[in-house]
Amino acid sequence: MDQAPGPRRSNALSLHVPAPRARPGDKPDFSGWSFPEPGATPRPDIDAPAFELRDYAYGLVRVLDMEGNALGPWAPHLSPDAMRRALKHMLLTRAFDERMHRAQRQGKTSFYMQSLGEEAIAVAAGMALSPDDMCFPSYRQQGLLIAREYPLIDMMHQIYSNARDPLKGRQLPIMYSSKRAGFFTISGNLATQLPIAVGWSMASAYSGDMRIAAAWVGDGATAEGDFHSAMTFAAVYRAPVIINVTNNQWAISSFQGIAGGDNTTFAARGIGYGVPPLRVDGNDFLAVYAVTQWAAERARANLGPTLIEHFSYRGGPHSTSDDPARYRPADEYRCWPLGDPIERLKQHLVSIGEWSEDQHRAAQEDAAETVRATGREAEKIGTLTEGAHPRSSMFDDVYKDLPWHLRQQRDESGS
Amino acid sequence: MAIMSMIQALNSALDTMMGRDPNVLTFGEDVGYFGGVFKVTEHLQQKYGARRCFDAPISEGGIAGTAIGMAVYGLRPVVEIQFADYMYPAYDQLVSEAAKIRYRSAGEFTVPLTVRMPYGGGIFGGQTHSQSPEALFTHVAGLKTVIPSTPYDAKGLLIAAIEDDDPIIFLEPKRIYNGPFDGRRDRPVVPWSKHDASEVPEGHYTIPLGKAAIVREGADCTILAYGTMVHVALAAAEESGIDSEVIDLRTLVPVDIETIVKSVSKTGRCVIVHEATRTSGYGGELSALVQEHCFYQLEAPIERVTGYDTPYPHALEWEYFPGPSRVIKAMRRVMEAA
Ligand SMILES: Cc1ncc(C[n+]2csc(CCOP(=O)(O)OP(=O)(O)O)c2C)c(N)n1
Ligand SMILES: [Mg+2]
Repeated sequence: MDQAPGPRRSNALSLHVPAPRARPGDKPDFSGWSFPEPGATPRPDIDAPAFELRDYAYGLVRVLDMEGNALGPWAPHLSPDAMRRALKHMLLTRAFDERMHRAQRQGKTSFYMQSLGEEAIAVAAGMALSPDDMCFPSYRQQGLLIAREYPLIDMMHQIYSNARDPLKGRQLPIMYSSKRAGFFTISGNLATQLPIAVGWSMASAYSGDMRIAAAWVGDGATAEGDFHSAMTFAAVYRAPVIINVTNNQWAISSFQGIAGGDNTTFAARGIGYGVPPLRVDGNDFLAVYAVTQWAAERARANLGPTLIEHFSYRGGPHSTSDDPARYRPADEYRCWPLGDPIERLKQHLVSIGEWSEDQHRAAQEDAAETVRATGREAEKIGTLTEGAHPRSSMFDDVYKDLPWHLRQQRDESGS
Repeated sequence: MAIMSMIQALNSALDTMMGRDPNVLTFGEDVGYFGGVFKVTEHLQQKYGARRCFDAPISEGGIAGTAIGMAVYGLRPVVEIQFADYMYPAYDQLVSEAAKIRYRSAGEFTVPLTVRMPYGGGIFGGQTHSQSPEALFTHVAGLKTVIPSTPYDAKGLLIAAIEDDDPIIFLEPKRIYNGPFDGRRDRPVVPWSKHDASEVPEGHYTIPLGKAAIVREGADCTILAYGTMVHVALAAAEESGIDSEVIDLRTLVPVDIETIVKSVSKTGRCVIVHEATRTSGYGGELSALVQEHCFYQLEAPIERVTGYDTPYPHALEWEYFPGPSRVIKAMRRVMEAA
């Protein structure tokens, strides 16, 4: 017999289901969060033992203050040229996202995912890592390709699955792959790239190579078992890998508390494995650059992996398939206490006299024009339509050589 | 030539390949210092060092995932899943990644990986040391599935698997690791040394993937089998007095359709034997293939002799195990059907 619902006993157990502070209609609420002052966090030596670095899991590495000053020992002292390049990469990423999101709305492709508000995370890593370090991204690090100056038009061809799509129309839009750009084929299955990245970096170490690996996973997807196995193997074999958690507060409609973020930080997961846990302001380009550089130096010195939590906010919808106004306050993004990564780097460059409002407007227009012009070229080749790829190509690359059963199915498919 | 058990032959394959190719390395649970719970990797750590043969955390997903990463890098890892029954945590990596990486990257990234797993029953291993999950792999586009039945084949197939550029699931019938077993458990165990196929070359040789072996020629009935069941089928063929042809498939995907079709076209009768559960088992695929290719040559309905659709029962193992008596019954049915 099922128990009839009755009054709860006072000592009865009760199930806790975490809930975000604000849902649609509520006022965004980021109160009660405290962050260390910019410049206040010391920069440890790269050979510091992991157990001495525990506090970093609960702090936040910040370089830029909200007035645009670069402060403290983490300031990476990049040349103005490098910072201008970074700014342009971020502007281009944003302009690209804006246009491709719209292209999906116009029916030119089936799907798109923006990285609005998270551009610094990918672009800074793309610049701080060596060009031949291997990246194992999730789907929101298009900034890596842009920072590595992968042809924008090839990204568009992929998104349109057109005749020039390097992936032959096989993959969902934005699931790029480029060996040349050191960009591992994106999987739609969350977190699977993490143990693969660890294994790749183990192979690099095994082979006496110089290249390291870096992987990215969302706050939500840290709950997958692959996160645990990747951290375990990375720690056990001291793999030269950087595991980046992009904590953008949301996993589709689930806030980060559903992945355990209410109880501790994502960086703190590193402590249990003995992996240095750095937590960084993901909207602070210079801070992201600096921690990536630290972790990369550590990995290259055979000192093993680093876990980096990038604290940020997903500015746009999860993808073109959802409307965030249905599950979070519409103005939450605007209230994010750590600002916008592009604005903040711009402000810094302006404050040191290396950039101006006019230059910024021109750069913005430049990025938009590049995307427009490239878009026109890509669309000439084609947008998502049938017939861009020969039917027989469907059977290629399942195996190195076509086995008899696929040959038979290929022949059947044409008749 | 040396006389080897299947374990020694597999060990020799790994030794041969590690000796030839610095990109070959092996790891898994208890694989390093101890040489594996079945001793397939014995002495390899001593010989090649811990860098090339090492213990892994108890994390099949991690073992598969990191091995995939190594293969993507350009190594040829061979990993051991201690028992096939424990492959499920690795299944996502094998299905979602290993099998799909070549395709989704349009050939840019590849996964020359071999995943070894002891499988199958007949050892009183209960549910968690007896399963035959081959159909869970043969169903996956992008994987190849290989199962040897003798020491000679085990070495040649394992070397071919390691040298292959696609991910290979290499299932090892652990009941016949130390000697061929024909399903007659009341008879004394025969060691491999009494079997012709225990003569194994010490050096490098391969048995091509995708090629079956006709292990017994016959005119009246074809038996399709792999792994331990090859020996059961041979015993059934002898005892039944039916002039049967026994085909050891050796590779399940891609399967050697030519050899199958040729044999069934000749005999007009087909019995399929496997230890795995029946529903959606690999026998269903074989049956469909035989029907599609040999319908007009068939003299009788195809028979399947398989494990029952239950979890592997411990105490009732010998009721469950498809031994020669059940195979003979099926052979008689196909002979009488005409
Ligand atoms: C294994 C798996 N489970 C579920 C999904 C569906 N899914 C796609 S994205 C997503 C949310 C991921 O959120 P998060 O990890 O925080 O990354 P973000 O999108 O915020 O960058 C979900 C549930 C998937 N793709 N793969
Ligand atoms: Mg997220």
